Amino acid sequence: MEQKIPTMAEMAAEGKEPEILFWVGCAGSFDERAQKITRDICKILHHVGISYAVLGTEESCTGDPAKRAGNEFLFQMQAMVNIEVLNGYNIKKIVTGCPHCFNTIRNEYPGLGGTYEVIHHTQLIQGLIDEGKLKAEGGESFKGRKITFHDPCYLGRGNNVYEAPRAALEILDTELVEMKRCKSNGLCCGAGGAQMFKEPEKGNKDINDERMLDVIQTGASVIASGCPFCMTMLTDGVKHMEKEQEIKVLDIAEITVRANGL
Amino acid sequence: MIAQIVFIIILLGAIYLFGKNVAKVRRNILLGRDIDRSDRPAERWAIMARVALGQTKMVKRPTAALMHFFIYVGFVIINLEVLEIMIDGIFGSHRIFSKPLGSLYGLLIGGFEVLALLVLVSCVVFLARRNIVKLKRFSGTEMTSWPKSDANYILTIEILLMTAFLTMNAADYKLQLLHFGHYVTAGSFPVSEFIAPLLPSGTGALAGIERGCWWFHIIGILAFLNYLPYSKHFHILLAFPNVYYSNLKPKGEFTDMPSVTNEVKAMLDPSFVPEPAEISRFGVKDVTDLTWKNLMEAYTCTECGRCTSVCPANITGKLLSPRKIMMDTRDRLVEVGNNIDKHGNDYTDDKTLLDNYITREELWACTTCNACTEACPVNINPLEIITEMRRYVVMEESQAPASLNNMFGNMENNGAPWKYSQADRFNWAANDKID
Repeated sequence: MEQKIPTMAEMAAEGKEPEILFWVGCAGSFDERAQKITRDICKILHHVGISYAVLGTEESCTGDPAKRAGNEFLFQMQAMVNIEVLNGYNIKKIVTGCPHCFNTIRNEYPGLGGTYEVIHHTQLIQGLIDEGKLKAEGGESFKGRKITFHDPCYLGRGNNVYEAPRAALEILDTELVEMKRCKSNGLCCGAGGAQMFKEPEKGNKDINDERMLDVIQTGASVIASGCPFCMTMLTDGVKHMEKEQEIKVLDIAEITVRANGL
Repeated sequence: MIAQIVFIIILLGAIYLFGKNVAKVRRNILLGRDIDRSDRPAERWAIMARVALGQTKMVKRPTAALMHFFIYVGFVIINLEVLEIMIDGIFGSHRIFSKPLGSLYGLLIGGFEVLALLVLVSCVVFLARRNIVKLKRFSGTEMTSWPKSDANYILTIEILLMTAFLTMNAADYKLQLLHFGHYVTAGSFPVSEFIAPLLPSGTGALAGIERGCWWFHIIGILAFLNYLPYSKHFHILLAFPNVYYSNLKPKGEFTDMPSVTNEVKAMLDPSFVPEPAEISRFGVKDVTDLTWKNLMEAYTCTECGRCTSVCPANITGKLLSPRKIMMDTRDRLVEVGNNIDKHGNDYTDDKTLLDNYITREELWACTTCNACTEACPVNINPLEIITEMRRYVVMEESQAPASLNNMFGNMENNGAPWKYSQADRFNWAANDKID
């Protein structure tokens, strides 16, 4: 299956406006593992026939890690440039592949002149399931498999989105097992607050290794998440525990694509 | 008559002293920057009813929640009895509510007694959890001798007060049975009737015990009231306004900085003329850079440690403890307040919240995951203080860790936190085609 990824620039040249902008994010653009998730989100959008586009090379970091690290100048510079691009294309609705982009554009851009309807890709998937446009058929069966969901902080506690990713798993007829620290009590993967871009401070353990204890306790063979940074941390955690054979880390979008054979 | 005068003097003295100390706390809180939390009053009343009055965030830890609930309800309801004690003290009456309330009075006193017993038992269990079981939550670097003693004092005082209350009732009950003096038959004593047999049977001794306990109980309460402003126990009062003024925005949303917006706008558009804003530093170096809400939270914190026990940094052995952030803020604020009292408004010592209290290592250990704010039963936000201090370190001092400076540089130059070219940003689509 080959499909062209439409960009806003092309669409605008043809005088068209897509229904939704897919905000890919830096990890989704550059990180190899996250790029695969990005492509899977596109496959889902294409599969259900939503008219969408990406910004391509016109996209830039939302500024999230700068803001969390205390560099408000850099954050606002990034935000204002992005808002100018988004408003220039008359964007109304945005889906993001990353909870950090989701939180920043949804909550922190309005004050700087950028107001959009912003959803995370797990909410998009939930909506499509509710509308009956997405099912779990024609692909890999997850029936009866033990899956646990790791709540990304900026999706869960940050924005109270707990049900959407779980709805995407429930349709698979899997055995959804919760970790002892889940939903509003979920334990961070260790990457937030710009920690992704620095060495951890001195301690006796890495946070993702601590999280692995919860994962192993569930006996799950799949850790599902919805954040490229959690993806990195959890994958590293599984490696540290030498559990790569038993435990796979997958994004909700990847699971959806597999289940539907897209 | 003399007893009444002594009582009134003690009562007025206690109220005066308490008012003076509360005024000082209020003055200290108002040393913070202004922030508008007057919006959405209906939602604010609702959240206060739910979280402060209804204690909905306590239930995540059911054992502590139940016992705390006994103490809380006991405190609130037994205060009705304190009202009677005050009136009796002022007018020299005895059990003044018994006549007008009739049979209801017996029910009330009986209820108070049951509550008093529950409070007493809960306090004993809480003392045991802290000192015998030694729950991890009650230890940590910030739990030095004073915070530990403070907790033990509070629980011990409550046990003593409840014991005095029940012993007073037991003596009263026994005197009632003996039809002695003004001890008219009033109330029911489902708990203290079991203490009564332990007391002497002479009416003089009984009346002595009854009066002694009465005075001990009421003076104890007034002394406890005056202990509050110095103690973590101040939460019993500040929890309510603190929850009322909660942050109602999504937890993921960090505060904006209008002063920065002005500068960024001016940079992007040279014709932009910003509105004159008050000149202050970016971020927080000392407590006076914080908002009054941050400072109110510092006085509200009762050091329960729920925040620290769920903090991923703390769990993995890092220096950061959100509870310490709040305790440091309060300690520094009290110090600044005391400096003002001693040396006047313009005095500055050479200390600041940053470095003298909170180290940079603590600040950089935070993942901004919001576990601490979610865990706090009274909606305290240590995260805001941490990020505000990061802002000072980064924007005023340019002292971010080197790796973060690299990240800033990448973002500035190529619009991504990593060293990738902006032109490669769409390469994931692999020649615009999906795999």
